[in-house]
Amino acid sequence: MQIDLLPRERTTAGFNLLILLGSLFTGLLAVSVIFAMNGVNPALAIFSIFKGSFGSWYGIKETITKAIPLILIGSGLAVAYKAKFWNIGAESQLLVGAIFATWMGLTVGPHLPAVLLVPLMFVSAFIGGALWGMVPAILKVRFGINEVISTLMLNYIAAEFVKFLVVGPWKGETKGGYPYTDDLPAQAILKHLPNSRISPVLLVLAVVAALILGWMVYRSRFGYEIRVIGENTHAARYAGINFFRTSVLLMAVSGGMAGLAGAGELMSIHHYLSYPETLSAGYGFTAIIVAWLARLNPAFTVISGLFFAGIIVGGDAIQISMGMPAATVNVFNGMILIFLIMGDFFITHRVRIRFGSTVHA
Amino acid sequence: MNRIQSLEMRGISKSFLEVKANQNINLTINAGEILGLLGENGAGKTTLMNILYGLYHPDEGDIIINGNVERLRSPKDSMRVGIGMIHQHFMLVNKHSVLENIALGYDDAPFFFPHKALRGRIRELSTQYGLEIDPDKPVWELSAGEQQRVEIIKALSRNADLLIMDEPTSVLTPQEADELFVILRRMTSEGHSIILITHKLDEIMSICNRVMVLRKGEVTGAAPIEEVNKGKLAEMMIGRQIASAYPKADVEPGNDVLKVITLDVDSDRGLPAVRNLSLTVSTHEILGIAGVSGNGQQELVETITGLRQPLRGTITMKGIPMDHADARKAHTLGITHVPEERIKYGIVPNLLLFENSVLKQHRDAPFSNWIQMDYGAIKEHAEKLVKGFHVDTPSINTRIKNLSGGNIQKLILGREISGSPDLLIAAHPTYGLDVGATEYVRKQIIELRDHGGAVLLVSEDLDELFMVCDRIAVMFEGHFMGEVTPDSCTVEEIGLMMAGSTLQEA
Repeated sequence: MQIDLLPRERTTAGFNLLILLGSLFTGLLAVSVIFAMNGVNPALAIFSIFKGSFGSWYGIKETITKAIPLILIGSGLAVAYKAKFWNIGAESQLLVGAIFATWMGLTVGPHLPAVLLVPLMFVSAFIGGALWGMVPAILKVRFGINEVISTLMLNYIAAEFVKFLVVGPWKGETKGGYPYTDDLPAQAILKHLPNSRISPVLLVLAVVAALILGWMVYRSRFGYEIRVIGENTHAARYAGINFFRTSVLLMAVSGGMAGLAGAGELMSIHHYLSYPETLSAGYGFTAIIVAWLARLNPAFTVISGLFFAGIIVGGDAIQISMGMPAATVNVFNGMILIFLIMGDFFITHRVRIRFGSTVHA
Repeated sequence: MNRIQSLEMRGISKSFLEVKANQNINLTINAGEILGLLGENGAGKTTLMNILYGLYHPDEGDIIINGNVERLRSPKDSMRVGIGMIHQHFMLVNKHSVLENIALGYDDAPFFFPHKALRGRIRELSTQYGLEIDPDKPVWELSAGEQQRVEIIKALSRNADLLIMDEPTSVLTPQEADELFVILRRMTSEGHSIILITHKLDEIMSICNRVMVLRKGEVTGAAPIEEVNKGKLAEMMIGRQIASAYPKADVEPGNDVLKVITLDVDSDRGLPAVRNLSLTVSTHEILGIAGVSGNGQQELVETITGLRQPLRGTITMKGIPMDHADARKAHTLGITHVPEERIKYGIVPNLLLFENSVLKQHRDAPFSNWIQMDYGAIKEHAEKLVKGFHVDTPSINTRIKNLSGGNIQKLILGREISGSPDLLIAAHPTYGLDVGATEYVRKQIIELRDHGGAVLLVSEDLDELFMVCDRIAVMFEGHFMGEVTPDSCTVEEIGLMMAGSTLQEA
């Protein structure tokens, strides 16, 4: 028997969708094996996950709440990945966004009405995330430093800096010794829909931003240049595309989107800056899979963001009901990502298996 | 294993799809000989040597070593019988030391501490052949000449009797090249034989015992070195037949479009590529640049199109100086470019045909404004190109990588000349194309000229230059040896200039 790998020349949209669903399915199968090894009925566990997230009003509302940051971050990551800029640092871009928003809220916040303060905090969070995202872009284009390493390492720097702020200079006077900042002024807090933690403002912001980024990648001139850079850097040079400017700008967008998510979590859920793990719950990493499942189309992150938010919410549910460990969700997400990436291989390659002996030329 | 006393390739043929890369080639080499293998790019030298090195299997023909037919199925087989190859681009691990690189893939090395066993062997080989090298230096610290020595030691340590060297001097300084030749002579005196692939006639004349010339997959000449001279070699290499020129509109060149004055450019490796070169191209004029590739043509083209910065000299376009221009500025000044490596530079394979139809023009009206692409206008433009330039494609929504090379080139050419540019720079525009596409591309270039465009055409194909150009300049080692018109010169003159003689000498 001989197995040949051949490049696949053309694919149809239907075939791509089939591969996507096939990857999800085999991913779920692999997760099932892990459930079974833990003595849990896999079918029941997976059913319980989706029942926990989509099977009740409470579950649906929680899923939407958690989808918002995933959509914001994931759509920004899709932009970066489209240019083959592997931004693994959304987690820290989120934190820096939250820092900028907190500073804005605590210093000028008390003197401004909500209509001014809320946009101002979002803008400053975007700028914060953008600046933090531009650092690895500059390092890459000017000094050839690998962006995977630099974005990943900047995560630790930002996390430690947040810790320093909340136990040090920004430690709240009203928090009785806990490592939190003071509460943001009331006009900075985003209102929720009744009986939920969904902020309508934030939800609209996330969906509209994802659609705008989708337009940007596929319809704007900037997006055209991003796609040329991602597919062929030599052709980009030939076409006179400014590598430095485009890379820095696209990372500003990518980081800025994560910054918005940081401000959103702060203003809608937490109301004060606290430990980094509290603020983010790993959204910056989960969003990598969100972007990938959306096949790097920012607009599709609205769907894939909901999907993974469902897994987070449902994972929490079975932790309690079935006594699964807290790492279950991470295992689940990791498996899905691996199978999605493997699925991509079959979009670009086809496998030919020949039986019997083969004659060499 | 006995040493190689004689090696013969008999009746070798090899085709790739419909392209005949080698046709019925016979080659012999004996111990102690240096055989020069000469030919233009695409003449089939590399294919022939890859067959000898076991990378390709010939469709027909045998390889006979010391009188026995040998089947060389892989480079391992070739190494076993004593054939070694040194590629133009070295196959070394940059971060490893010289010693580690030589130990890599060395069969006789023990599993533990392989480099210890090798240290003595390397010292032995170094003194025997004058290959001085510090075995503990990392490869990235070595000059190109030293890296080449590492490759030679690597081959010798595997008992290579016959060494194939692919353009060994192309990355070397003249001093390093001289040192290499000393080493090669020493090796032949020890009974090794060497096949030298090269473009440079001087090298053949100074070091080879015999020479063999390939052209379009066939042997066009083979002789002991005493029986040839540079003029004769050039003739064998480029052939005698000069096709008659294409019809051109009878117009005199008008205003100067491109002016290059005393230009100096270095290559990526920091070696001189273009030196003290001046040229002018006017409207209604095609200036051809002839010459063996690697004589600075690529660097010249890249500098004019804004992809490379010159060291000295000025380039003006319609009187406007191009200081520190990038590709975008060159484009806005009216320069378009059909690049040499069309798949690598000219297209984005995974984007659709219509998206590729405005690569570089994508910033111009009507294809985009400051923020938005106008895909309606772009698709219309793509349809026009496909129709006007006979691009054979199922639709403009096809990924461009699914098109054949000829159709990709037609689209690139169409994209670059449909806007009636002031200056077209075309590098090897018909290389690898079939007869129909070739003729089409040439006629389009002439039409651009007839309508007032200026064209700079770089080509290795002399036929093409004679058929298309108004003037032909011959480039050698970074500058022009002379300039001729197609109707008033002979192939011999061009051949000699390509080999480094000036027009007066020729």
